[in-house]
Amino acid sequence: MAMMGPSSTTMTKKPKATWNGFSLKPRKEMPEGLWVRCPGCEHMLYKSAVQKNLDVCPSCNHHFRIGATARIRYLVDEDTFQPILENMTSADPLDFQFRGTTYKDRIRADQEKSGAAEAMQIGKAFIKGRGVVLGVMEPDFLMGSMGAVVGEKFCVAVEKAIEESLPLVAVSCSGGARMHEGVVSLGQMAKTSAALARFNERKGLFISVLADPTTGGVTASFAMLGDVILAEPRALIAFAGPRTIAETIKIELPEGFQTAEFLMEHGFVDMIVDRKDLRSEIARLIDYTQK
Amino acid sequence: MARENNRPTNGGYLDFEQKVADFERQVEELRKLSAKKGIDYSVEIRRIEKDRIIELKRVYSNLTAWQTVQVARHPQRPLLRDYLNLMVKDFRELHGDRLFGDDRAIITGIGQIARNKVLIVGQDKGKTTKEKIVCNFGCPNPEGYRKALAKMRFAEKYGLPVVTLIDTPGAYPGVGAEERGQAQAIAVNLSEMSRLRVPVISICIGEGGSGGALGIAVGDRLAMLEFSYYSVISPEGCAAILWRDGSRAPDAAEALKLTSRDLYRLGLVDAIIPEPVGGAHRNVHDTVYNVETYVAKTLAQLQHVPIDELVESRYQKWRSLGSKATLQGPLAVERASRIATTSRPAAAKRDTSTARV
Ligand SMILES: [Zn+2]
Repeated sequence: MAMMGPSSTTMTKKPKATWNGFSLKPRKEMPEGLWVRCPGCEHMLYKSAVQKNLDVCPSCNHHFRIGATARIRYLVDEDTFQPILENMTSADPLDFQFRGTTYKDRIRADQEKSGAAEAMQIGKAFIKGRGVVLGVMEPDFLMGSMGAVVGEKFCVAVEKAIEESLPLVAVSCSGGARMHEGVVSLGQMAKTSAALARFNERKGLFISVLADPTTGGVTASFAMLGDVILAEPRALIAFAGPRTIAETIKIELPEGFQTAEFLMEHGFVDMIVDRKDLRSEIARLIDYTQK
Repeated sequence: MARENNRPTNGGYLDFEQKVADFERQVEELRKLSAKKGIDYSVEIRRIEKDRIIELKRVYSNLTAWQTVQVARHPQRPLLRDYLNLMVKDFRELHGDRLFGDDRAIITGIGQIARNKVLIVGQDKGKTTKEKIVCNFGCPNPEGYRKALAKMRFAEKYGLPVVTLIDTPGAYPGVGAEERGQAQAIAVNLSEMSRLRVPVISICIGEGGSGGALGIAVGDRLAMLEFSYYSVISPEGCAAILWRDGSRAPDAAEALKLTSRDLYRLGLVDAIIPEPVGGAHRNVHDTVYNVETYVAKTLAQLQHVPIDELVESRYQKWRSLGSKATLQGPLAVERASRIATTSRPAAAKRDTSTARV
């Protein structure tokens, strides 16, 4: 296990560490009922056992996709997350309408479905006693896509990290850029990358964590710009999605293509980390890099 | 099959140009007749020519978004090669990313534009079938983006301004591209270009296909040729996802606000470079001249700005992108819902609101 040195933080709240003792409220991501079938090993699993195991299959280590709230709960010291801009929403810059419905309707529906205002939560928190600025994507809100709000929040998180000399940790989980915001959303790729370039000049530490799935414009911007890039096992990490590639080139895709393991083998991921070890690995990286 | 795809089968006319085609056919017939029978039809020909120009102006001042996409993809539209030939004096291509290979969808090199020594980075789609295959139909692989960055760093070291010409359907979605880190290559370009210590001017000359375009477009100025398009996703791709029907691309094109006028109005591009009457493909020289004029004028402006100031204002330009497209405050969620409720009749409004600009 990681050797943890004393932490230097600017936050006042006393962190309480450890995984145990977290309240694991029932979550909507899981289907109703007591049992769930694991997509990894096909076993029927007792749901509360999976949840106690951080939404990881105890028998095959399949990492279930989780929402931002659960992610934050699993990642930070209990009750230390202080959200920033938690209610920011999109102003629908294009007045986007499609198939008899509107983007605004879609926003409202996904706000109700996910309980989240947008596709990213940012805030300050402690991880094993180390202060961080954290950004976590919300896959249940418009597929975790990046529009103006995600881009703006990410930049605010970077600026907060600069201001308070804190490391930045971002957990990506995204379908890419958000079509409904057109070039506004495309521009967020440049905006977040520019913010990280400035952060990098100031020697800021950015730990990028890639969860399943990390694709498109998110991969092709901040997610791939970590000083250290961690990925959860078997996570899909891609620029173009496997279906797009299969349709374009009409060949069978190689086994394990675009998994975290594939990315690591090709040199684009530093470390594959089980969900249960993320806290300690992040803490270790902070201790090695921060004075 | 040999598909020397320089000309579409209908003689280069797009489907909304039928009246123009008719006028041209009439002129052609009168000329033939005149030659055969020795009768002077020059008055009639001039009259028809005038009508033809009026019709072209009418059509091209009212293009829909989808028609604009078709013009931007027109097989005779000037491509990177035309700009290099007509606009860049003494062009010398610099090959290779020094890592893997020499991508042919992105061409880089030094040369002079209006007496300014610059680095040119441009996307090439190719004209003939053979060329198209060589340059992968303008879809770069990661080594293209890495080559662009390597040459931009060279330009930065010697104070050469960078001019990028964008014309790509998108970065290539292939197995090799993924294996070699397409996403990482683009991400690094976005980040590095934002800090490059020389002026960077980007011009969309045809298709501005998503991240593949943006990967060489993070500069001090982003201009678009009048009938180019710039979009987060192809209209076909968007239609396939949101309309669940790829043939609804015209609707998607309208909704995506991908034309130069829409993007200029939204503050997402800095300038529109006018195209000759009837689009760039009808007058390559004038198109290239307009681009050259824009580059010369903009370089003259940017070269006066102290470099720290330039880099900072470039940062602010990108940092502020979309900031106004957000709603804040504790009531934002409810406000968004309220907007969603009150804008329900929007579906009925659609026909007028998406019509021409
Ligand atoms: Zn399992």
